[in-house]
Amino acid sequence: MRHARETLLGLYATMVRIREFELCAARLLAANRLPGFLHTSVGQEACAAGVCAALRREDRITTTHRGHGHCIAKGADLGRMMAELFGRRTGYAKGRAGSMHVSDPDCGILNANAIVGGGLPMAVGAAYAARLQGGEAVTVAFFGDGAVAEGTFHESLTMAALWALPVVFVCENNLYAEMSHISLHMKDPDVHHRAPAYGLPGRAVDGNDAVAVYEAASAVVERARAGGGPTLLECKTYRWRGHFEGDPQRYRAREEVAEWMERDPIRRLRAALIDGAAATEGDLDRRRQEILAQIEAAVAFAESSPEPTAEDLLSDVTAAGTS
Amino acid sequence: MATMKYWQAVQLALKEELARDPSVCVLGEDVGRAGGAFGATAGLLGAFGAERVRDTPICEAGIVGVAVGAAMAGLRPVAEVMFMDFLGLAMDQLVNQAAKLRHMSAGRIGVPMVVRTICGAGRQTGPQHGQSFEAWLGHVPGLKVVWGSTPADARGLLKAAIRDADPVVVIESLSLWGQSGDVPEGDGVVPIGRAAVRRAGRDVTVVAYGSAVHRALAAARTLEGEGIEAEVLDLRTLNPLDEDGVLESLHRTRRLVVVHDAVGPCGTGAEIAALAAGKGYRDLDAPVVRVTAPFTLVPFVPALEQLYFPQAERIADAVRSVVRARRSEGRS
Ligand SMILES: Cc1ncc(C[n+]2csc(CCOP(=O)(O)OP(=O)(O)O)c2C)c(N)n1
Ligand SMILES: [Mg+2]
Repeated sequence: MRHARETLLGLYATMVRIREFELCAARLLAANRLPGFLHTSVGQEACAAGVCAALRREDRITTTHRGHGHCIAKGADLGRMMAELFGRRTGYAKGRAGSMHVSDPDCGILNANAIVGGGLPMAVGAAYAARLQGGEAVTVAFFGDGAVAEGTFHESLTMAALWALPVVFVCENNLYAEMSHISLHMKDPDVHHRAPAYGLPGRAVDGNDAVAVYEAASAVVERARAGGGPTLLECKTYRWRGHFEGDPQRYRAREEVAEWMERDPIRRLRAALIDGAAATEGDLDRRRQEILAQIEAAVAFAESSPEPTAEDLLSDVTAAGTS
Repeated sequence: MATMKYWQAVQLALKEELARDPSVCVLGEDVGRAGGAFGATAGLLGAFGAERVRDTPICEAGIVGVAVGAAMAGLRPVAEVMFMDFLGLAMDQLVNQAAKLRHMSAGRIGVPMVVRTICGAGRQTGPQHGQSFEAWLGHVPGLKVVWGSTPADARGLLKAAIRDADPVVVIESLSLWGQSGDVPEGDGVVPIGRAAVRRAGRDVTVVAYGSAVHRALAAARTLEGEGIEAEVLDLRTLNPLDEDGVLESLHRTRRLVVVHDAVGPCGTGAEIAALAAGKGYRDLDAPVVRVTAPFTLVPFVPALEQLYFPQAERIADAVRSVVRARRSEGRS
């Protein structure tokens, strides 16, 4: 399949934006400049970039504890995201909720969720609403392989298929749920095999190939938009870094990580762009430099933002207390 | 003014709100074609269609989660969880999602949804269909909890809940299901957060909610013959609590009894007692007494059920004890 040069460059830029944002956050955390937990998706960027490139702005997503990438790819503001990581008042949750909680209704980010499997039924509900309201919006639920054992996976696929809703379930199967290899938590490690039992199609795609993810996602998103119902799309991928920053990773071999790092989704697309004469080394380096500058600006914005106040602690619990 | 049964008032509220606002929808097990496990959604499917009156599989987390997502996306869903006992399966979506999203989105995303659920207490439903979990719910910042004791309030509170910008759990009493009462003409919305004096009295305040209100009223009638005038205050909303309503009544009567069908420890009664012991301290002439279920499982057999749920006689005894009690007692 041929794609517009802009599309491919967009995929590349999104992946670099995610990678550099998360590496920057990881450095800040290591330097004790960020409080709390941080889960990065380094190595998995093609999933977020590929799927979100197939979405419109009014389409919606729900994501997970490992959701920076999905939010960035869906159009979240880097400054507000970084400010949330710093716990500043300008953050997406006024600095009260941290890295695992981003909501931005302006670009269709319903929420990132620190409860494994928590976002799936919500995505079904948003898809139900979209159809009832007569709109065209499609909702994507991102989740990991670990969420497949949760009841909400079963419940959500059951309802979505039954009602033929415009929702796409995107499982990023990175072979681990926290410290547990998939062989410890799943008998059949091909998540998409489950789909037919619920009455919806299942597909697997190389989750380290942004173009392949984009193509697969475009097909299933447009199918959903056209009233064809939900799909379970499994992206086979791998996280390079720990489950959380600081994870000693005693549960896996270095060789395994090294092997997957050979399949770097960014390097892969970069090579394809240059080989296909869509861009030069210089073009892509410049693009990367621009992104680094955006991230630097995001950090500066966050660090110069005020801390939340005692009033912020109490606000937004109910509508009456919403400022 | 029309007279109707409690369940019909619930049905009326749903019908009125579905007709008033196209973003209102109803979902749950058996709510559509079957017309509701207890009839409250009868006729809605025919009137509003299968998309707005959505039969669901048996998946409480999913039902409530779908309502959360639909509310975030602009609908006003009314999810039904058949019995309050089943809320355990949906607790994550209710507590970790619905209740938190406004705060976690910096106030940009609200979750205007309702969970209707039935308390089976007093209908021989046993240990897994007759529990009263309102204290779990009242413990969650971001959730509102209401419980009507009359047809008018069942309708009016449900309508207020549907129109509210926040997630509201509406508890209904199966034991009141067939009870008739007057329902006002017009909108009949009952504001969330306001208790109602069901019977005025000067000697003691009896706080209750749900079906216990009726047993408190029966106790008050008995006590009237003994010269004791009990004021019965129906809380109607458990969260946010009508603190002023409770304190004003206590200020008049200077004595307080709290009645509920839930067990005592960590319960609503403890919360009301704490309110009295704190802000109401100067008004208390006697110790606060709680009349609750004993700290054990809900029985099914009628004889034990009578022992378990506070009956009028037990409430009357509690009232007599506080009316006799003096603040100075036990101090000497
Ligand atoms: C309901 C729930 N159970 C457990 C956890 C703790 N936990 C956080 S992430 C995680 C693993 C999730 O694995 P997976 O879904 O594969 O996502 P990944 O971390 O690989 O992206 C667990 C068990 C949680 N946050 N929520
Ligand atoms: Mg995983």
